[in-house]
Amino acid sequence: MNLQIPTMAQMAAQDQQPEILFWVGCAGSFDERAQKITRDICKILDHVGISFAVLGTEESCTGDPAKRAGNEFLFQMMAMTNIAVLDGYNVKKIVTGCPHCFNTIKNEYPGLGGNYEVIHHSQLIQQLIDEGKLKAEGGESFKGKKITFHDPCYLGRGNGVYEAPRAALEILDAELVEMKRCKSNGLCCGAGGAQMFKEPEPGKKDINMERIGDVIEAKAEIVAAGCPFCMTMLTDGVKHQDKEQEIQVLDIAEITVRANGL
Amino acid sequence: MIAQAIFIIILGAAIYLFAKNAGKIRRNILLGKDADRSDQPALRWKVMAKVALGQTKMVKRPVAAVMHFFIYVGFIIINLEVLEIMIDGIFGSHRIFSHPLGGLYNLLIGGFEVLALLVLTACVVFLCRRNVVRLKRFSGIEMTEWPKSDANYILIIEILLMTAFLTMNAADYKLQLLHFGHYVTAGSFPVSSVIAPLLPNGSGALVMLERGCWWFHIIGILAFLNYLPYSKHFHILLAFPNVYYSNLNEKGKFTNMASVTNEVKAMLDSSFVPENTGEPARFGVKDVTDLTWKNLMEAYTCTECGRCTSVCPANITGKLLSPRKIMMDTRDRLTEVGNNIDKHGKDHDDGKALLDNYITREELWACTTCNACVDACPVNINPLEIITEMRRYVVMEESQAPASLNNMFGNVENNGAPWKYSQADRLNWAQND
Repeated sequence: MNLQIPTMAQMAAQDQQPEILFWVGCAGSFDERAQKITRDICKILDHVGISFAVLGTEESCTGDPAKRAGNEFLFQMMAMTNIAVLDGYNVKKIVTGCPHCFNTIKNEYPGLGGNYEVIHHSQLIQQLIDEGKLKAEGGESFKGKKITFHDPCYLGRGNGVYEAPRAALEILDAELVEMKRCKSNGLCCGAGGAQMFKEPEPGKKDINMERIGDVIEAKAEIVAAGCPFCMTMLTDGVKHQDKEQEIQVLDIAEITVRANGL
Repeated sequence: MIAQAIFIIILGAAIYLFAKNAGKIRRNILLGKDADRSDQPALRWKVMAKVALGQTKMVKRPVAAVMHFFIYVGFIIINLEVLEIMIDGIFGSHRIFSHPLGGLYNLLIGGFEVLALLVLTACVVFLCRRNVVRLKRFSGIEMTEWPKSDANYILIIEILLMTAFLTMNAADYKLQLLHFGHYVTAGSFPVSSVIAPLLPNGSGALVMLERGCWWFHIIGILAFLNYLPYSKHFHILLAFPNVYYSNLNEKGKFTNMASVTNEVKAMLDSSFVPENTGEPARFGVKDVTDLTWKNLMEAYTCTECGRCTSVCPANITGKLLSPRKIMMDTRDRLTEVGNNIDKHGKDHDDGKALLDNYITREELWACTTCNACVDACPVNINPLEIITEMRRYVVMEESQAPASLNNMFGNVENNGAPWKYSQADRLNWAQND
């Protein structure tokens, strides 16, 4: 499939303003696995006919990992630079596939002068399902498959979004199962708070191994993620447990794309 | 008359001592930095009614929730009886409410007795959970001898108080049946009437027992009141204001440091003239006095239940970090700072700090900022804020972040991404499908 990905710069040159800015994020831009999810989010936007654009090379890290690690200087530098770019294009609405970008732009940018309506891609999918624009037909069948959702901390506890990603799974013909630790009780994948970029402190085991235990216990065949960092941690966990044949880790955008044959 | 005088002296001394120690805690809390939590009063009252009064966050653990509810309701309602005991003590009367309240009095005393039995049962169950079943939640590196003893003392004192209360009623009930002296027929005794047969029958012995339990009960309560400022049990008072002043923002939202905003603005725009906001002494938190008064109030509110630690992904997987320890360390250090002020006056430097002397860097860096501890706390304590504030100190004042994080900072600053990729390649994903 050949995707046309317009950038804000191209659109501005043609005096056009997209309905929504797709904030791709660093993982979505550079991590191979996350790039696939990025493209799938574009496919969904394209499929329902929402006009969108990305910042492309003008996008930078939101500053989230710097802020969680205590580097407020770097965070605010990144934030103010990004706000200048976003405001330069008169951006009003943003969708992102990364809960960390979502949280940072939604909650921490307003205090620095950046005010946007920010949604996570699961919220977009839920909205499209509610409006009848997105179904689960014409693609792969998930009939009878056991799917569980791993709540990303910065989507769930951080911002109280628990139902949107589940709505994307409920529309499938699958069996939605919950892990013993879910929703506000969900267990972190181990990547948050800048842990993604460092070795864990000494302990008995890695956090993602603990989490994969929950997935195995729930007997899920698919564990759905909504965050590129959770994706990495869960995929590593499944590999480490030698469960690659039994358990698939898929982002809700990928599941949506597959179910609709996009 | 002598009894009344003794009672008034003990009561006065107990109240004075408690006020003095509570005042010290207030002073210690106010050593913290400003934080504005005066917005949205209507919502704050609502949250307090729900979370503190209604104990809605306790229900996640049903057994503890029910047992705690017995003790909580028992504590509040049996205090109505304490009011009568106080008045009787001061004026030398006996069951002064019985006459004006009439039939309602019987209902109340009967209700108090049932509650007292429930409290007693709950305390015994709690003691067993801690000392016989040894629930994992009540252990951990921070659960040293004192915190463990503290918990047991509280439960034992409550058991003794309730036992004295019921024994007092049982003796009173027997004396009422004997129509002895001023023991007017008043109250109903659904619980103590059951234990009454175990008591002696002589009126002299019964009066001694009734008076003895009366004094034990009320002096016990006053002593317990004065134990609170030294104990985790102080939560019974601070839980309410602590929840009232809760963080009402989304949990994912961290504070933006205003002092940093000024510097960054000046850096990005040379014409920017910062408002003089009164620069802080330092970025982030090294010692307890760098924390806000709300962080410090939370430290005194913590009752060391360990719900935070039991859901902490770092702690679950064997890392050193325990959110409960963060709160306990903060309280211990603050108490130490307060004692220093009492002994040596303000601005005394004992060469110690919360960082390193209490909380190690290994603990700070093990946090995933997942907010599980914040969500789990039944009284809305936020250990995560203390952790991130201390990270800010370590990173911005000391430049002592772990090397891998320094690499990440460098990448973010130079490439606009936490990894070493060129910003020019940021759209490459669009080409390779």
